[in-house]
Amino acid sequence: MADAHAEAVHHHTAPTGFIRKYIFSLDHKVIGKQYYFLALASVLVGIVLSVFMRLHMVWPAAHIPLLDKLSPSGAPGGVMTPEYYLSLMTLHGTLMVFFVLTTAPQSGFGNYILPIQLGAEDMAFPTLNMLSFWTTFVGFVVLLSTFFIQDGPPLSGWTGYAPLSAIGSAAGPGEGLGQTLWIVSIAIFCVGSLLGALNFIATTLDLRAKGLTLTRLPLTIWAWLITAILALLSFAVLLAAGVLLLLDRVGGTSFFIPAGLVVSDRIIPHSGGSPLLWQHLFWFFGHPEVYIAILPGMGVTSHIISTFSRKPIFGYKAMIYAMSAIGFLGFMVWGHHMFLSGMSPYSGFAFSVMTMAIGVPSAIKTFNWLGTLWGGRLRMTTAMLFSIGFVSLFVSGGLSGLFLAQPPVDINLHATYFVVGHFHLVMGVAAIFGMFAGTFFWFPKMFGRMLNESLGKLHFWITFVGVYCIFMPMHFLGVAGNIRRYSQFTEVNFLNTPHIIDLHMFMTYAAFITAGAQIIFVANLFWSMFKGEKASENPWEATTLEWTIPSPPPFDNFAGKHPVVYHGAYEFGVPGAEKDYIMQDSPEKVAAE
Amino acid sequence: MATVLTPPRLTTPPGSNATGGGGNGFGGRGYGRDGGRENREWSVPARTYRTGMWMALVAIVMLFAAFTSAMVVRKGASSDWTAIALPRILYFNTLLLLASSLAFEFSRRALDAGRARDFKLWLNVTTILGIAFIGGQLIAWRELASHGVYLSTNPSSSFFYLLTAAHGLHLLGGVGALFYLVWKAPKLAVGLKKRVAVDVTAIYWHFMDGLWIYLLLLLTVRL
Repeated sequence: MADAHAEAVHHHTAPTGFIRKYIFSLDHKVIGKQYYFLALASVLVGIVLSVFMRLHMVWPAAHIPLLDKLSPSGAPGGVMTPEYYLSLMTLHGTLMVFFVLTTAPQSGFGNYILPIQLGAEDMAFPTLNMLSFWTTFVGFVVLLSTFFIQDGPPLSGWTGYAPLSAIGSAAGPGEGLGQTLWIVSIAIFCVGSLLGALNFIATTLDLRAKGLTLTRLPLTIWAWLITAILALLSFAVLLAAGVLLLLDRVGGTSFFIPAGLVVSDRIIPHSGGSPLLWQHLFWFFGHPEVYIAILPGMGVTSHIISTFSRKPIFGYKAMIYAMSAIGFLGFMVWGHHMFLSGMSPYSGFAFSVMTMAIGVPSAIKTFNWLGTLWGGRLRMTTAMLFSIGFVSLFVSGGLSGLFLAQPPVDINLHATYFVVGHFHLVMGVAAIFGMFAGTFFWFPKMFGRMLNESLGKLHFWITFVGVYCIFMPMHFLGVAGNIRRYSQFTEVNFLNTPHIIDLHMFMTYAAFITAGAQIIFVANLFWSMFKGEKASENPWEATTLEWTIPSPPPFDNFAGKHPVVYHGAYEFGVPGAEKDYIMQDSPEKVAAE
Repeated sequence: MATVLTPPRLTTPPGSNATGGGGNGFGGRGYGRDGGRENREWSVPARTYRTGMWMALVAIVMLFAAFTSAMVVRKGASSDWTAIALPRILYFNTLLLLASSLAFEFSRRALDAGRARDFKLWLNVTTILGIAFIGGQLIAWRELASHGVYLSTNPSSSFFYLLTAAHGLHLLGGVGALFYLVWKAPKLAVGLKKRVAVDVTAIYWHFMDGLWIYLLLLLTVRL
């Protein structure tokens, strides 16, 4: 690397054309925002779909305005068919898992913040970075296009289980072209994610500022790095599975389609394939994917809790080891999604033990967060509230994972609302809270203005209470045997009781209120972007490198200089220091060093 | 007559950041539309390109590992597996690919020694051998098809077409990179700092070579 603070020879100016500046930009900051807004668009569509589903579940005969315009056959007169319910569920899951949970925490914030926290001018490969985003965007367009084709979106869920996903339109509406487009969309998404992961790893390993050793890295960087490694290893496998599934559909092969399969009174002319093979390949990706969604949120939460407790993070190295352990174990447990699909009891036992073992690093992280909060001088900003909310949701959702990890219990709870409640809390809403926390924390840096804190807190409290009201009752429903994926319950005797239906009614109202509260967030976001209070360079008195440069940062981040790092990322309240925090690039020497 | 262009080895590490634009062999992808020198993309240390390439190879390994395990599982899943007779030309193709890796190394040695003409000559030989390999693979496909063996004929033929196609597509990417090097060859020989493009392509090319040997074994050995 060049000398400390030397003026770089390659200092360059920003592009001036609109297209190079905002559309096909190579600037990691623009690309980060592009990813963020892509995820925002996806999450809004995903929320609307879930509101439609909750509405239909409790008022099966209700007419949903405009839905018949979108799909005359799927929702004749605005009343959705059971098949169309499944289509909406599939798109809800696919959008949320891929285009929200995978996109915003890693590619959105990661792209914007990671190079700056490393003291770099950009990602290692800016052109590749731009390609990653536009590849992902094409995947998004292909997925949404399924709404506008004759049979509508596919209905085999975000897991696309074979053989139904493999045999074409015989499997139902949407399983023809819709399912093919779904696979193409996911394959494109895989390519975009792989390019992004490669870029993240190369950047983190090779472009750290002088003095920024691995043990001085902010935990956000560690989280993004481990997530990128998981993505690199798992998305390639999903891509392979997608190619095989596509060949089964269009190439006449029989990878996943068993012999003698009869669907809709027709024999499917394939032979000898294994539907279980799809499940193994899918979940080998699918379980690490859960951690791809949640690890960046853990990084952000650690970072924010330390900053607003004005204390060093409790157990910095333990946090790194715990995240690595979670990432490693994440590849060992895919079988716990398949306890009921048929597996040797010995394999089931192994997967079960491995799964429960993840509780150990998860508990280490949780206690470290609590240890950081303990005795801290807490600053209850909105970002802090969402981070504490993250911890709460992660614990609440994680504990039910210990139930599901045991095959004898899972046999009863599999495919019930218990599972739906579990994963929505632990990886869905918790990860979303990580994003909200990140938004409130980094918005001043990204847009140069502050978000409104009062609106932020209002939004936090409604959302926090709201998501518990939506997802906690699901555990009771699951124990009562309420199966998931049913579009309505009035035709099922044991579910058509006041207890069950009233609980569903309660959850639907809670969902309406919680979804409505997101308008506060979106309004706050766009209002503050243009009218918010101007942000200073370091409004949170945080220590990492992104707070040493103006808000928003100049085009080349450090104006051609190379920052040098002298301190760890969490030096708060150091005895003998001038202030209660020491910037990472401050040459200040203190006794504790 | 070989023209000596540059001193053979760098004394300073190629990672030096203050080298001016385009010090990575991939210059020209400027931020600005004009591509003026001061507007060039920022330069990263040469090792970053190697890191990136190794990461890409990790992803490719995972892709083929997934195909391999699918093949093992599918073979054991039912009794409809009938091994196909592999076209003999595959072994000839293998020799072509090995020869192309050798030619690539001759080319890099010539670059080390500053022999520009040999460098370009062997680079061309590498490219031609790479294209010949892909042509040979297509002939192998044609041969199977002429015996009535298609993608969906049998799971074994499905995997044969799948694996050769996946490898062939990746190799085509390598041929694309070779074309780029051939096109840039006159410039590459001028500055040793620019040779990271050559080195990174070599890593990829040799890896594709090794991957093919692995696939050939996988298809030959009856697991």
